[in-house]
Amino acid sequence: MISVNSISKKFGRQEVLKDFTLSFDKGNSYAIMGPNGSGKTTLIKSILGMVLPDSGEILVKGRSIKGKEDYRKDVGYMPQIGRYPQNMKIGQLFSMMKDMRPEIREYDLDLVEAFELEKIKEKTMGTLSGGTTQKVSAALAFLFNPEVLVLDEPTAGLDPIAAETLKSKIRKEREAGKLILITSHILSDLEELTNQAIYIFEGEVFFNDSIESLKEMTSEEKFSPAIAKLMQWTLKKKSTTKVLTHA
Amino acid sequence: MSANLRIFWFLLIGLFSYMEGFSAVIRISPGQSIQKAVDGASAGDTLRIASGVYQQSGIVIRKPLVLIGENHPVLDGQMKGNILIIAAERVTIQGFKIINTGKSNMDDSAAIKFFDSKNCVVKDNILENAFFGLHFSNSSGMTISGNQIHSNALREFEVGNGIHLWKCKDSFITNNKVSGHRDGIYLEFVTNTEAVENLVQKNMRYGLHFMFSHDNSYIRNTFKNNGAGVAVMYTKNVLMKENRFEENWGSSAYGILLKDISDSEIVGNIFLKNTIGIYMEGSSRIEFTGNTFQQNGWALKLMASCDQNTFKANNFTQNTFDMSSNGSVVLNTITENYWDKYEGYDLNKDLIGDVPYRPINLYSVIVEKIPAAVMLWRSFMVTLLDRMEKILPTMTPDQMIDQSPKMKPYDFG
Amino acid sequence: MLKLLKYALYDILKSRFAIIYTVFLALVAISIYQVSDDLSKVSLSLMNIMIMVVPLISAVFATTHFYNNLEFVELMLAQPVKRSQVFLSQLLAVILMLSLSILIGFGLPMLLWGADSSLITLLAVGMILSAVFTGFAFLASVMTRDKAKAIGISLALWIYFSLVYDGFVLYIIYSFADYPLEKATLGLVMLNPVDLGRILMLMQLDISALMGYTGAFFKQFFSSGIGMLVILMVLSIWLVVPIGLSGRIFKKKDF
Repeated sequence: MISVNSISKKFGRQEVLKDFTLSFDKGNSYAIMGPNGSGKTTLIKSILGMVLPDSGEILVKGRSIKGKEDYRKDVGYMPQIGRYPQNMKIGQLFSMMKDMRPEIREYDLDLVEAFELEKIKEKTMGTLSGGTTQKVSAALAFLFNPEVLVLDEPTAGLDPIAAETLKSKIRKEREAGKLILITSHILSDLEELTNQAIYIFEGEVFFNDSIESLKEMTSEEKFSPAIAKLMQWTLKKKSTTKVLTHA
Repeated sequence: MSANLRIFWFLLIGLFSYMEGFSAVIRISPGQSIQKAVDGASAGDTLRIASGVYQQSGIVIRKPLVLIGENHPVLDGQMKGNILIIAAERVTIQGFKIINTGKSNMDDSAAIKFFDSKNCVVKDNILENAFFGLHFSNSSGMTISGNQIHSNALREFEVGNGIHLWKCKDSFITNNKVSGHRDGIYLEFVTNTEAVENLVQKNMRYGLHFMFSHDNSYIRNTFKNNGAGVAVMYTKNVLMKENRFEENWGSSAYGILLKDISDSEIVGNIFLKNTIGIYMEGSSRIEFTGNTFQQNGWALKLMASCDQNTFKANNFTQNTFDMSSNGSVVLNTITENYWDKYEGYDLNKDLIGDVPYRPINLYSVIVEKIPAAVMLWRSFMVTLLDRMEKILPTMTPDQMIDQSPKMKPYDFG
Repeated sequence: MLKLLKYALYDILKSRFAIIYTVFLALVAISIYQVSDDLSKVSLSLMNIMIMVVPLISAVFATTHFYNNLEFVELMLAQPVKRSQVFLSQLLAVILMLSLSILIGFGLPMLLWGADSSLITLLAVGMILSAVFTGFAFLASVMTRDKAKAIGISLALWIYFSLVYDGFVLYIIYSFADYPLEKATLGLVMLNPVDLGRILMLMQLDISALMGYTGAFFKQFFSSGIGMLVILMVLSIWLVVPIGLSGRIFKKKDF
């Protein structure tokens, strides 16, 4: 579905992605992990076309995304912190997003209904709480029934009930055969929602396999300790490396 | 006029009306020679020239005659010399259309040329494509009225003056329209003459040009869009009243250029949209009152050795610069004018500003030195400089001050 | 593109800034009309606002707006729309809002109390300068990731074009006062959009003085339509080049 072929990206002198290669397949849900500054955000943004790699290419459904925007019809993106025009009403935001995909006529309104957004569609974005804004972001990501979902810290800021609603929606879509990419610092969420784990360290793929084999490899039964072990390994491997910086 | 002179005129008119009784009316139609008719006529006869085209020139008149054109018969000089030449008394030329004189500077070809004449009338003629239009020398008592004088010349040296008087006196120039000539009205050594309500526009050089012409008045004329405006020189006792000087644009174009003019009055005129409203050099004892200076580049430029002039009760509005000077000007009086740039206050409500106004601002001094600097006028930088100068005057001459600027413009009607 | 613009415009027109700016301009215009006796005084006073304050506010607002909208722009970039469209819709929304504020804030008083050709020119100059400085602001914004730095660059450009540059030109013509400098000055003035706007106004208010230049060239330039045409053309270069440049950078920018 998506293949990332040896992309490199430098921000100034800092090499964020080094000859990075990965592929994501349909029907799987990937947990993308790594310390701050490891390059996971850059990877996601590259796939979304927001960051342009210095070299290498990214293929979606076998076609390079360079200079293209059409493929994003099939991608639903939920940003970590959604910021929207202050004076726009929720209803207008939805119609704008719909306007950008005129050929899609059938909308997935599960989350809109679950979060009862219809009731507050006259409210302007500037007056919403952080949690409600996240609900809007989530509902927009799923609205067009996309084949790929990119979710950046999806449950952060949501109240527990809303978080559960969202998680069950994610599970539902995964079962429906969607490709789902999730970054999160909440490991329990990742364990619940994903079947593949990708650990990025200093711009390189450090681990990429199913969660089962991760547990096997680290000989841990639970997800969190397995990840913790993975992190220790990275530190051993690069005992001489610089202190990890915050992006 | 003295009593004696009046009696003389009375007798003269009496004599005329007596003679009229005997004078014949001669009719001339196309094909006939005007010169022959003139030669055949007796003094005081009237020649009525029927409408049509007369390709004749060099017609000489040496006796008192009245020539009247019916429906503007055309005298076509076919580019040869002068068309009518008159050296006589009491000649009237009225109602002709006179076209195509010669183009020679040697004999100053003119549509109508008067020498040594007295008490003649040139009235309601249309002059086209003449080198000189009306040319008078050494004559007196001329009445020049209602003529339309127009030339299509393209360059200044290809054309003479519209109305040209040299060594004339006691004449009256009124209601004429002059355009396209070198100077519209040109007077040299002309005295005791009045120019009233003429419209002089689009001439190559000056609308009005006079030198050594004392004791004349110019009233309610309009001088508009002439190459260099109006220039007057070396003259005393001039009255300019209620004239309009408009749209004289150019690097050396003036509403009026006054050079060595003294003891004169310039009253109630309107100077509108001239590059320079009035440019003065070597002029003294001129009174400027009741004039309106509007939308000029420079309302006034006072140059070297102008002294004892008075600028009182004039309106200065919407001029780019109100006044500039090359600095060596002394002892002029500027008072009770209205300046729209004045920003003072009037606490005692006497309609006179409580702080004086300095009509020369810093930037006009700079522009005087560097003309190119005009292009930066009204920029923030320049406005700042000007403000600073207003607070702490250092460069602007301090003798040029209106101590009692008016708060409201005068209403000159 | 038009759809994006529609929504961007909808948001920006309802912003508190748009309302405050319009009211501010209207109050300024109304008070100037109240204290001036004639239209030419009105246009003189308004002119200072137009060529000083309007570019400043445009530059600062456009920069701030760009950064405040950055996350939303990112979201847009994740949608199936071209980058150039996202960029242009943002830019045009700002330009249209600023122009509309001028048109309403200054235009309504003009409708009420009358206007002459110089005031109408002034409106146009205000809108053109708003657009040009929005272009500068967007260029500054795409060049750096730091909002404070971008505002700094915008302000520097504003100070440069409205004050420093003229001082520099004045210094040059003062130093070379013995040479004929008219054409050189005109050329130098072309290199500054604020000056071009100002010259358009001079052609209305001070044509008599401008005609004092020697030579047929200037007479032609200032009194016929040619000068205005040339100035508008150069102004459109001043508009298009920064916008084109910032558009190119925007296209290659990482968000």
